[in-house]
Amino acid sequence: MTQLALIIDLNVCVGCHACVTSCKEWNTSGSAGFMTDENPYGKDPTGTFFNRVQTYEIGEFPSTETLHFPKSCLHCEDPPCVPVCPTGASYKRKEDGIVLVDYDKCIGCRYCSWACPYGAREIDEKQKVMKKCTLCVDRIYDEELPESERKPACVLACPTNARLFGDVHDSESEVSSTIREEGGYQLMPEWGTKPANHYLPRRKTRMHIHEDELQRADNPLKKEERGPRAPVDAPTLDDSTSW
Amino acid sequence: MAVIHDPLQKPEGRIETKNTTCYMCACRCGIRVTLRDGEVRYIQGNPEHPLNKGIICAKGASGIMKQYSPARLTKPLRRKEGSNRGDSEFEEISWDEAFGIMEERLAHLRATDPKKFALFTGRDQMQALTGMFAKQYGTPNYAAHGGFCSVNMAAGMIYTMGGSFWEFGGPDLERSKLLIMIGTAEDHHSNPMKMELSKFKRNGGRFISVNPVRTGYSAIADEWVPIKPGTDGALFLALIHELIRTGLYDREFLVQYTNSAELVSTDEDSDDFGLFARTDIPQDPDCFDPQDRVWWDRTQDKAVHARTKETDPYLLGEFKLADGRDAKPAFQLLKDRVEDYTPEWAAEVTGIPAETIKRLAYEMGITARDEKIELPIAWTDVWGNDHDTVTGNPVAFHAMRGLAAHSNGFQTIRALTILMTILGTIDRPGGFRHKAPFPRPIPPCAKTPKSPDDVKPNTPLNGMPLGWPATPDDLFVDDKNEPVRLDKAFSWEFPLAAHGMMQNAITNAWRQDPYPIDTMMIFMANMAWNSTMNTTSVRDMLNDKDENGEYKIPYLIVCDAFQSEMVAYADLVLPDTSYLERHDTISMLDRPISEYDGPVDSVRIPVVPPLGDTKPFQEVLIELGSRLKLPAFANKDGSRKYRDYPDFIVNYETEPGSGIGFLAGWRGKGGEKFMKGEPNPNQWEMYEKNNCVFHYEMPKSYQYMRNWNRGYLNWAQEHRLLRYAEPINIHIYSEILMNFRLAAQGKREGKQPPEHLRKRVETYFDPLPFYFEPLENHLTDKHKYPLNAVTQRPMAMYHSWDSQNAWLRQIHTYNFMYVHPKTAAAAGIKDGGWMWAESMHGKVRCLCRYSESVEPGTIWTWNAIGKSKGAWRLDDKANESEKGFLLNHVISEELPPHEAGKHISNSDPNTGQAAWYDVRVRIYPAGDDEPKESYPQFDAMSALPGTGKTQKVIGFFAGMFRKKTG
Amino acid sequence: MHPAFSVIFLTTLIGAGQGLFLALITGQSYSALKLLPSQDSTDFYGMGAVIVLLLLIGGLIASFFHLGHPERAWRSAAMWRTSWLSREVIALPTLMGLVFVYGVMQFMGWDTVLFTSAAGANLQLTMIVGIVGALATFALFLCTGMIYACLKFLQEWHSPLTVINYTLLGTASGFILATAFANHNAPELMNFFGIWAIIITLAAFITRAASLMRNSRIKAKSTMQTALGVRHNKIQQKAMGFMGGSVNTRDFFNHASVLMMRNMKWIFIVLAFIIPLITLWYGMSQADTSWLLAAFLIQYVGLIAERWFFFAQANHPQNLYYQTV
Ligand SMILES: Nc1nc2c(c(=O)[nH]1)N[C@H]1C(S)=C(S)[C@@H](COP(=O)(O)OP(=O)(O)OC[C@H]3O[C@@H](n4cnc5c(=O)[nH]c(N)nc54)[C@H](O)[C@@H]3O)O[C@H]1N2
Ligand SMILES: Nc1nc2c(c(=O)[nH]1)N[C@H]1C(S)=C(S)[C@@H](COP(=O)(O)OP(=O)(O)OC[C@H]3O[C@@H](n4cnc5c(=O)[nH]c(N)nc54)[C@H](O)[C@@H]3O)O[C@H]1N2
Ligand code: SF4
Ligand code: SF4
Ligand code: SF4
Ligand code: SF4
Ligand code: SF4
Ligand SMILES: [Mo]
Repeated sequence: MTQLALIIDLNVCVGCHACVTSCKEWNTSGSAGFMTDENPYGKDPTGTFFNRVQTYEIGEFPSTETLHFPKSCLHCEDPPCVPVCPTGASYKRKEDGIVLVDYDKCIGCRYCSWACPYGAREIDEKQKVMKKCTLCVDRIYDEELPESERKPACVLACPTNARLFGDVHDSESEVSSTIREEGGYQLMPEWGTKPANHYLPRRKTRMHIHEDELQRADNPLKKEERGPRAPVDAPTLDDSTSW
Repeated sequence: MAVIHDPLQKPEGRIETKNTTCYMCACRCGIRVTLRDGEVRYIQGNPEHPLNKGIICAKGASGIMKQYSPARLTKPLRRKEGSNRGDSEFEEISWDEAFGIMEERLAHLRATDPKKFALFTGRDQMQALTGMFAKQYGTPNYAAHGGFCSVNMAAGMIYTMGGSFWEFGGPDLERSKLLIMIGTAEDHHSNPMKMELSKFKRNGGRFISVNPVRTGYSAIADEWVPIKPGTDGALFLALIHELIRTGLYDREFLVQYTNSAELVSTDEDSDDFGLFARTDIPQDPDCFDPQDRVWWDRTQDKAVHARTKETDPYLLGEFKLADGRDAKPAFQLLKDRVEDYTPEWAAEVTGIPAETIKRLAYEMGITARDEKIELPIAWTDVWGNDHDTVTGNPVAFHAMRGLAAHSNGFQTIRALTILMTILGTIDRPGGFRHKAPFPRPIPPCAKTPKSPDDVKPNTPLNGMPLGWPATPDDLFVDDKNEPVRLDKAFSWEFPLAAHGMMQNAITNAWRQDPYPIDTMMIFMANMAWNSTMNTTSVRDMLNDKDENGEYKIPYLIVCDAFQSEMVAYADLVLPDTSYLERHDTISMLDRPISEYDGPVDSVRIPVVPPLGDTKPFQEVLIELGSRLKLPAFANKDGSRKYRDYPDFIVNYETEPGSGIGFLAGWRGKGGEKFMKGEPNPNQWEMYEKNNCVFHYEMPKSYQYMRNWNRGYLNWAQEHRLLRYAEPINIHIYSEILMNFRLAAQGKREGKQPPEHLRKRVETYFDPLPFYFEPLENHLTDKHKYPLNAVTQRPMAMYHSWDSQNAWLRQIHTYNFMYVHPKTAAAAGIKDGGWMWAESMHGKVRCLCRYSESVEPGTIWTWNAIGKSKGAWRLDDKANESEKGFLLNHVISEELPPHEAGKHISNSDPNTGQAAWYDVRVRIYPAGDDEPKESYPQFDAMSALPGTGKTQKVIGFFAGMFRKKTG
Repeated sequence: MHPAFSVIFLTTLIGAGQGLFLALITGQSYSALKLLPSQDSTDFYGMGAVIVLLLLIGGLIASFFHLGHPERAWRSAAMWRTSWLSREVIALPTLMGLVFVYGVMQFMGWDTVLFTSAAGANLQLTMIVGIVGALATFALFLCTGMIYACLKFLQEWHSPLTVINYTLLGTASGFILATAFANHNAPELMNFFGIWAIIITLAAFITRAASLMRNSRIKAKSTMQTALGVRHNKIQQKAMGFMGGSVNTRDFFNHASVLMMRNMKWIFIVLAFIIPLITLWYGMSQADTSWLLAAFLIQYVGLIAERWFFFAQANHPQNLYYQTV
């Protein structure tokens, strides 16, 4: 069984928001219809987005880490948002594990958003249907696109390649091996939702200097040493004998 | 309502894709635009583009909201008779009228006193054209944003090694093992930098960030080294001290490729004191940089002609030349200089523990020495030595405005360049790499005029409007040694102001110092807001009248694409197209997008028709040039030479028959040549077919050590990138600076500084890097104003111009002042509370946010998020103006009066770089009775004729949007 | 959570309707067992059913305000296998249908006695419909309560007490209404309903107090650490990724001050339990319909406050990601 997902590498995410706006851009003219923006030029502008990037500070000065944290629907393997939906508009696809909302069926009751512990669903305040990340299902299977572009818009956009896309059930896949090797983890494991999306933690490269690395055989200062030179006019043998 | 349905269905519509180049920022990524029924549906990074390889940023991906923004100007506008500047009362006029007005005015000025016309351009990318227009017109008063941006970076490095960060070169992160990034938050090369940083980290590279603040790229640094603003020079000098002390420098590199071993006369009494000792071996009289220096050879223990085969010089020591003069190798002078700059000393200055400074030095030195890279690439140096390999010391640096935007930036950046040099990392794998057309001779050959006589009616300027002085005699001053340019660049106040000093243009024009001007044309610069210091006063100056009721700055023409703060002050507004609507070139004559492996330039090709009556500024200049019959734009008989901008680009040559034009790709009749070749009528089509870029990948053997690489230098000379194929040796010791100092000391013939500036020039034109506190610190009561205040760029906003963007402004709707919790608490300011930040020049009221990722002596905010009411077509209640604020109100464009003068620009004394980050402030809470809004506030700007409707709700759906919004 | 008034009205109105219906059926059962005098089918049971139906319809109408697409509401019965909301959507009209049938039968007098016991107790046709209706009422209480109780990460709601409280609070308000109604239309039943109303209100008070106590001791299972997957005890959000608010800040936060929360708790304790009990007692003692009605109305207001508090107190784990509101 396939489970498509995103892997977000917090080690390289610089918090640029490219994934946020490229997602909006792709989806606002896509099958989700338009994605509403309210007060776009006024006080407290707000709108529907499928993906947001947040910033946290961890620790205290000077050992502070600034963490950028992108979050969209995690396509849970056991998605609590799906069974609660009264209309069946929310569903999880058998073939690839993507959790979707059928906008034609949704009555906009918001119940599924209550049932998502991650705050990943956003009702569109004008279209009055529940929306969320579709994993760009309308891109990834589109045969009219070149194969290299059959990826979510946010993945194509991400300047640091912090967003990997693939099948987390295929243990051979790049995403699976990355999760294994880089310590990929899931958010709020306590609820048993088994998010398909994984996060990769910060990884530090450190350098250890050994004292002896500073005592160098090739120390160029040695070349600057000029043997002690006695002044030319101080007395020598020449001054006292002749042979 | 747009169709909405199951996400698996595909919306209908006619789909087409077109390539062009992004211009949501200066990075200039290749983009692919998908249109549905003629409307922009999707903008993605062009995967085949060498710069961004398919990636895009938050701004680039929000291009749709820029394209369809209601703040777009669509009509030429004239200020209504009787209204004041700043009232934003305009009437629509036709382009014919607009051209008529400009032609009459500019023709008159050109025939009488061309310097009364000033052209200043902001964050644009067409200096090749604007600069050439100014030169053709004959005015010296031209500059682009460099002076208020990062000229310190350019000048500090170019005067030292012939290349620089910024758009001219960068760190080779593909091969580096250690990256030290200093004072950079986002930068120009922003997308590629992000891509490379991530690859670098994943390859196990170690990333250290030196910055008072941990945001931007620094967020993912392995180590954050917080530093007090303006003190990096001290850090670099201490690192150099430690590297020399421990012998962790690259001796071979210093000997051969720098002037380290060259002997400098140290005899105070000799008339060549401070200059290099020279041999009398005959030199080619046409050469740029005579190779006539002297080494002291270790084996023969005597002076020899530098770089004589089989000799090996001392880097340290003190020697007596044949004629009895004392001399020391430049490196000994450097060692003497850094003697007292110990890590312990620097710890006091920078706030970085001495242990950390030492460890950083060892990490750099040991990585450079022990992780050496040998690439099997054979090359030959200019002196004829063959090398089987290219060596690299994989320590890379990157730095930008955190260094540049301080008044001590030039010397700081010299120190950094020297640090990079002693580690042996210049144009080598894993270190710093140049990008064509760099490296250039030190300094580059372009020169400004040298006398007021070079400015004549109806005549092109005799020289370039901007250039690189090599000696005091290159200064652009009159016979009293006073400035000729309005901004005083290239005068004794700012001798090396290579990018001009736009930041002073308005103040000087208003004060009519050094002289009054008549017409100022401003293109793509928001000088009534964020590209100006002391914003409130500058706005008043723009609107100020003399006793006769005439404006002090008589006529202002503004070319903008949006309803910006600046537009309100215009007498004439020229509505520009958007980047998706015009032809444009990113030219080798300006700052191209070259890669380390070779030259790259690119173009924009319209993907949608121009909105309303907008007209590309490019076309405006071609039209004006033709009407004014400027030689480059008119035939002998006065008739128009170029149909339009695309035609100009194809056919223009820098000189008749030079074969050099704006575009380097597909030259020659059939497009078979590059860099140089006859005009090709199908050049645009060829660019279009090739993703809008031209990329020439040089042979591997030309890609490194280009300052000294014979193959490369000859190639560059042949393709006219360079005039001279000579070595570009690194200036550890700067004789150029010494010459200015000698002039100031009265020890040199030729142009002399005015008396009140002698001391200043003598002090700051030190041939060796040194540390001094930023100028404003000398003139501020540091107890009263204990904190530094700086800004940084948010990745999702470009300067002031993205607040009209409905998506981006949701991310940054207003800005906080970030303050360390202890600092804020000590001042009694609450997290989320209103506070004041006050400098000796002005104050702002703003919202405070506690942050653990800022050095406690520094406060910071995002740049240019705050807006003036009503600008950018935002509602009067928009958060940008109610809660957002602009730090510029507390920064002054001039220093308080001191011995160098009453109105000295708040800029680096060498280069004229605007010292944005020198300002010192104190903070205190806002009273409970104060209004809960930011300060200062300005009267609301009303909607200009021709701008769009702002709706309460938008739902963008390409192909249906325009119909819906009308 | 942000209290949604449509949902508050929905649950309180149908709760009262359900409670009233249970009261009618209880009364009718007692009568059938000859424990109470029997009542006029039109004036009491018929009119009672009308009031029940009005309350249910009122609730239904309120619920439509919660839907983005009420015209598609019919779709919401589809997922009864998994969704308590879907089950509620089935249970509510079912109950309404049964109440309607019950009322019509009472009005029309279609009330054949099916069976008479030795003791003289009658099993009437309406009684059968009534009992089925009562079952539907309990089913509806269960569905409504479970809509909230089944969300396990809303720890304040995830408890049997949620269902019990919904049931008891609705029943209590229905019985108080029944007391007032009886005083007007069947005075001899007033005390019967009144005493039950007091008992149920007290029971509701106890279970609601129990849930207040439980909630005050809840330790949130999700923390900043589990939300981000970062092990450090000092984590602070600096930016949410947007500044003008979003659905996440509007729907999931109560935007109420601590003071307001505390006040609201006391308000609902006083208005839903204490004053109604006193008023009820006084109204019963005076046999005054206005006082009894007042008891109902005051309690209804109290229940609105209670439901507001119920929402506002629930702390959604998503809020961990939206701290800089
Ligand atoms: N998204 C986006 N990208 C942009 C722009 C934009 O507006 N938005 N603007 C473009 C332009 S015009 C420019 S010039 C570039 C500039 O790009 P950057 O050079 O990255 O510019 P700043 O954001 O000014 O960042 C300066 C950094 O220096 C730090 N700093 C300040 N003082 C000191 C100091 O004394 N020492 C050290 N070590 N650090 C210090 C600040 O904390 C900040 O992190 O960005 C370009 N790219
Ligand atoms: N406090 C503080 N101030 C700073 C800085 C800082 O770090 N701190 N940084 C400084 C630096 S490095 C720079 S480069 C300056 C930048 O300052 P500016 O050059 O003033 O940059 P913008 O604010 O982007 O304003 C550019 C103008 O160009 C207009 N524009 C946008 N697109 C187009 C177009 O296609 N055509 C035309 N004709 N106009 C267009 C915009 O509407 C806007 O009015 O700011 C400086 N100001
Ligand atoms: S993240 Fe939320 S919306 Fe997405 S599948 Fe999981 S529970 Fe459902
Ligand atoms: S809002 Fe739509 S998708 Fe969510 S539960 Fe209701 S009907 Fe289902
Ligand atoms: S996968 Fe598609 S829908 Fe989901 S966040 Fe990325 S771009 Fe948005
Ligand atoms: S695009 Fe990539 S780097 Fe930028 S915020 Fe999103 S995940 Fe992070
Ligand atoms: S970095 Fe972003 S805004 Fe700048 S050119 Fe590239 S895509 Fe455009
Ligand atoms: Mo800049």
